[in-house]
Amino acid sequence: MANHPTTLAVPTPVKEDVSVNYITSPKGLMSWLTTVDHKRIGIMYLWAVLGAFLLGGIFALLLRIELLTPKETIMTAETYNKVFTLHGVIMVFLFIIPSIPAALGNFVLPLMLGAKDVAFPRLNLFSYYIYVVGALFGVTAMVTGGVDTGWTFYTPYSTSSNTQVSLMVLAAFILGFSSIFTGINFIATIHKLRAPGMGWFQMPLFCWGMYSTAVIQVLATPVLGITLVLLLLERSFGIGIFDPAIGGDPVLFQHFFWFYSHPAVYIMIVPGMAIISEIIPTFSRKTIFGYKAIAFSSVAIAMVGFLVWGHHLFVSGQSPLASVIFSFLTFLVAIPSGVKVFNWVSTMYRGSITLEAPMLYAISFLLLFSIGGLTGIFLGALSVDIHLTDTYFVVAHFHYVMMGGTVIAFLAGLHYWWPKMFGRMYNEKLARIGCGLVFVGFNMTFFTQFILGSRGMPRRYYNYLDQFQPLHAFSTVGSWVLGAGLFLTAGYLLASLRKPYDAPRNPWGARTFEWETQSPPITHNFDFEPVLLHGPYDYRPERKA
Amino acid sequence: MSDSVTAVKEHSHQHHDSNLQHHFATYEQQMDAGKIGMWLFLATEILLFGGLFVGFGLMQAKYPEAFVQAHHHLDKNLGFLNTVVLLVSSFTMVMAVHCAKTEQRRKVLVYLLITLVCAAIFLCVKYFEYEHKFHEGLLPGKFYSHVGDTVPHQFVFFSFYFMMTGLHGLHILGGMGAITWIFFRAKRGDFNHDYYTPIDLVGLYWHLVDLIWIYLFPLLYLIS
Amino acid sequence: MSETTHTSTHDNHDANAPKIYAAVLGTLLILTFITVAASKIQFGSGMVNVVIALTIATIKATLVALFFMHLIHDKAMNSIILVVSFTFLGVFLGFCYTDQVTRDDLKPLGLKVKPPVVAGAPSAAPAVPGAAPAVPAAEPHH
Repeated sequence: MANHPTTLAVPTPVKEDVSVNYITSPKGLMSWLTTVDHKRIGIMYLWAVLGAFLLGGIFALLLRIELLTPKETIMTAETYNKVFTLHGVIMVFLFIIPSIPAALGNFVLPLMLGAKDVAFPRLNLFSYYIYVVGALFGVTAMVTGGVDTGWTFYTPYSTSSNTQVSLMVLAAFILGFSSIFTGINFIATIHKLRAPGMGWFQMPLFCWGMYSTAVIQVLATPVLGITLVLLLLERSFGIGIFDPAIGGDPVLFQHFFWFYSHPAVYIMIVPGMAIISEIIPTFSRKTIFGYKAIAFSSVAIAMVGFLVWGHHLFVSGQSPLASVIFSFLTFLVAIPSGVKVFNWVSTMYRGSITLEAPMLYAISFLLLFSIGGLTGIFLGALSVDIHLTDTYFVVAHFHYVMMGGTVIAFLAGLHYWWPKMFGRMYNEKLARIGCGLVFVGFNMTFFTQFILGSRGMPRRYYNYLDQFQPLHAFSTVGSWVLGAGLFLTAGYLLASLRKPYDAPRNPWGARTFEWETQSPPITHNFDFEPVLLHGPYDYRPERKA
Repeated sequence: MSDSVTAVKEHSHQHHDSNLQHHFATYEQQMDAGKIGMWLFLATEILLFGGLFVGFGLMQAKYPEAFVQAHHHLDKNLGFLNTVVLLVSSFTMVMAVHCAKTEQRRKVLVYLLITLVCAAIFLCVKYFEYEHKFHEGLLPGKFYSHVGDTVPHQFVFFSFYFMMTGLHGLHILGGMGAITWIFFRAKRGDFNHDYYTPIDLVGLYWHLVDLIWIYLFPLLYLIS
Repeated sequence: MSETTHTSTHDNHDANAPKIYAAVLGTLLILTFITVAASKIQFGSGMVNVVIALTIATIKATLVALFFMHLIHDKAMNSIILVVSFTFLGVFLGFCYTDQVTRDDLKPLGLKVKPPVVAGAPSAAPAVPGAAPAVPAAEPHH
């Protein structure tokens, strides 16, 4: 394997004509709707998940407004139940799970590997349409009455609720297949379509993260599928597996649900970690510290993540023995996560750090994810969990991981690859302001909730004691700051699309394949035969000559 | 390594280059990717059915007498017959793949046809079994109306019986569709020594359907 | 690994393949007979019968996977996928089963679940096991 030579594969021309690219040719709406180009499918996914993010975000802002006062503010209790359910369902199934793999990953992964496309381009398009159909079912459930079970659909309430549970469960079932097909595609692509010279350990770490994610998608999602089918049949036929009124076992539903949904948490966070592993070396101009440790820790998280689901059942009537085992295994996940954080920090140590927007987001990720991860260890401890279960502490914890981790990483990746995807640079100054607003707003909203939770504020409650109001009000104001930051981000990103192409091939001086082709790339990705000549994080000084 | 790749490429050049998708360099690469993809799909099938097996196992542990009583309503002989039919169909399927690889086109068609007939027999037998259950009111969930049970909760067994055999039956139907598709492709002469991936992949799927039945048969029909 | 020897073993395998497939089919049919025969004998507890049936099923499944699905000649990755999927299924079953057999009834916590109130029934009557099949806590089985 020829790795780590000292020259760039392709010198970047000063000014080039990029008017022929994957966006412009071929033209026409039909050429987009029937495309098998991974980049176009990635972009279609991107708009779809951003739409879902907007919808879920609006629900979140409404929830925070409702919680401004201890009694009814803008909605009834029934509406409140539906709004937090829809917020959860949309954010989990329609936004976070597909956000990084299906949108950014679809676009970037084949480029990073030096491939012309994913292994199964038609399956890729098919997965997109399955996503659309699932989303339509979800929207139908929403407009025909909504769902009030919470996104976890716990029995026995979900078997008796008169809201549109069946339709929403069907939507989640369909969306699962979209996720499965993306996973299958990525694994086969990474196995078979790496460029000549690229061994497993010359791959960018993003690909390792995508690979680990895909393994979870393939192994866990089918169980969600069958769980939701069982729930549907329980609702319509009373098959007697989950409903205690006819001899079923509601705890079994929770086992089934979390066998998927806990690994699904890693479907959400591992891709985020994968993006951070790209951005930190690029903006530190330094080789990643501990390549293999980061690569294997992704795989380790994926594997150990399957063994810990029972920590969601500590107070559900699960046996004490099972709880002890699950609690112990939960602590194990902290090891590979910690390995990653230490390696990222070590990468930055003595690097030539510059703080462009992607790096600002990456540093935000380090801070927020560390808080989210460490509070997860509190909750993994049995006795502490019994005190904190179903309080705002839990809400704050998973928002620090899901939003402070995954969404921040998604934004980091979006800013990092935006010039590659659309061929335009965005306004860097506004981007930094936006990032600051998001960071401050996020902490105002959710750090407050750690305090609320530790003082006993239960989650999913519509009314609350007067003593909690100041903190609730502070959190609500925080959500407005956060919202303002996100709307600002949407504004300058969209505004950049009106400009002519102005992004160079490699605006950040990164070393992976996707930066060696033009921005935006041509339909077949590379105007040269990609051959790996140097490692993905080879920032050694000779190169500057 | 690279020599062999070029060798494969040149060897396959005289055949149907249209069968090689643009993002693959060689037939070997394309076939390997297809196989990995199919195996991953089979893994998802195993976990999909696996959820039902786990549910069945745990409910059986919860209501052992009910499950033993209920399984006496199943016809072991028909279950055995169907097992044999499916095993034979797996054999004819693998023979069809073998003949496609060795370019014996007529034999491919014959073996695929036998496989289809076996699948049809399987579904017919299943139909008669289902009809018998319907007649006796041995139905899943709230439709269960069998009288004279001495142990409660037998309907749970039939919930699982219908879900597992029903899902399996749907897979048989899907497999028949796929076999029909490759039958016509084989008839058209699409396959040769270098390119027989589709028939190979359908074969893998068909064997998995057989493999699942290998577990379903003793669990449902022979539990004591 | 030399590619030429790989191809030649492949060709040998091709020539013998039909015989091997027929032998595998024969073995599978014999094992099916054994499964049915074994189910008619009661070996001690019911558990033994289940173990025997599942062991034979696993042998059959292995034969199908190795020969009909070509894993014996195929790239190791495909075998790994199959093994991993069964492993995780095992993890799923194992943990759920562990919980189910070690789970306590709700009684030790002092929770008493009332049976559904039947009109006319004396309200002071204690809950009779069997009279309230709807309540999981009252079930004698784990």
